[in-house]
Amino acid sequence: MWQTLLDDLKDPSFTVIAIALDTPEAARPWIEAAKPRYPALIDREHHLAALYNFKNVPEAAWIDEQGRMVRPPETAGAYESFRFIDPATKAPAPEAAAKKESARKLYLEALADWVRNGAESRYAMAADTARSHVAKPTAAEASAHAHFRLGAHLLGLGRAAEAERHMAEASRLHPESWAIWRQAAPKNETGLAADESFWRRVAALGEKRYYPPPPMDGMT
Amino acid sequence: MTITILSDQGNVPVSAATADPGALWLTPADAERATGWTMKPEGLCRGAVCIPVPPADRDAFVREDAINIAGFWQHMDAPVVASDAGDVWAFGERADARAEALDSLEAPDFELPDAAGNLHRLSDYRGKKVLLATWASW
Repeated sequence: MWQTLLDDLKDPSFTVIAIALDTPEAARPWIEAAKPRYPALIDREHHLAALYNFKNVPEAAWIDEQGRMVRPPETAGAYESFRFIDPATKAPAPEAAAKKESARKLYLEALADWVRNGAESRYAMAADTARSHVAKPTAAEASAHAHFRLGAHLLGLGRAAEAERHMAEASRLHPESWAIWRQAAPKNETGLAADESFWRRVAALGEKRYYPPPPMDGMT
Repeated sequence: MTITILSDQGNVPVSAATADPGALWLTPADAERATGWTMKPEGLCRGAVCIPVPPADRDAFVREDAINIAGFWQHMDAPVVASDAGDVWAFGERADARAEALDSLEAPDFELPDAAGNLHRLSDYRGKKVLLATWASW
């Protein structure tokens, strides 16, 4: 989706930097297939989740020419239509599918508006607004990131049992992070952490959103 | 023993370190390289912040040409966690320090590899608008 956006905008003053919160082994085939012409980086230890307080994918921050965040991390054009699968068709219910398309379209339009208009864009937040939307980490979350980083590093060294302990502790300390939980969770044959435990966690959200909508006009 | 320190300075190997349970003694030079914190007469410092050595308990933090960097972290109440063998240590940042940094709205700089192993820094792209976007295979 980002390469298409870049090709459409043709604006050399704008780039996407994609961050795979993932292992190199899992991320590399996707990057090789997508052949992005923007930097596609791999963050095995979820260093950026600790730095920016990312909790899920896709999330994004908008960073201006001076390196300032004009939109802090938030859901980037996604809607949880996977929660509304029609058992008969195995496809998302039409209303959910429409919401998913609308979330994607609105987000991309907002982004294009910012690329064209910069600080004048109504989607670029003033400093006070941006600050009020920054999610601040708690002490438990900071500790979770240290455990996760150690676990991911040990996993890279092949020390899986010890790694799993630290990742489980990370998830216990930071239960709202899907990035921590899903990275460590069992994967199905297509590489998705979508077994029963995932669906139980999603069901436990109740009215809470898997992808909290970004504060943007029209996002629901 | 070679010890790997995971910190905001990257993943830094240090040698000639000794790890007692709960303690990690490094030369001040290695401690600085691995964590970005410098031993000074006024304490362990980074930028304008200095953590004084607790006078009553000096031996637990400072020896001749070695400092217990894990001890300082615990004393600061910052996250620090080690592997069972004590050969890998993750030194995290205090939540309030991270919150303050985010409050500045300055996008935190970082260095990460692409699929070919080439390193990129966010600051390499200063002067452009950047969409910093996460994704994953999972």
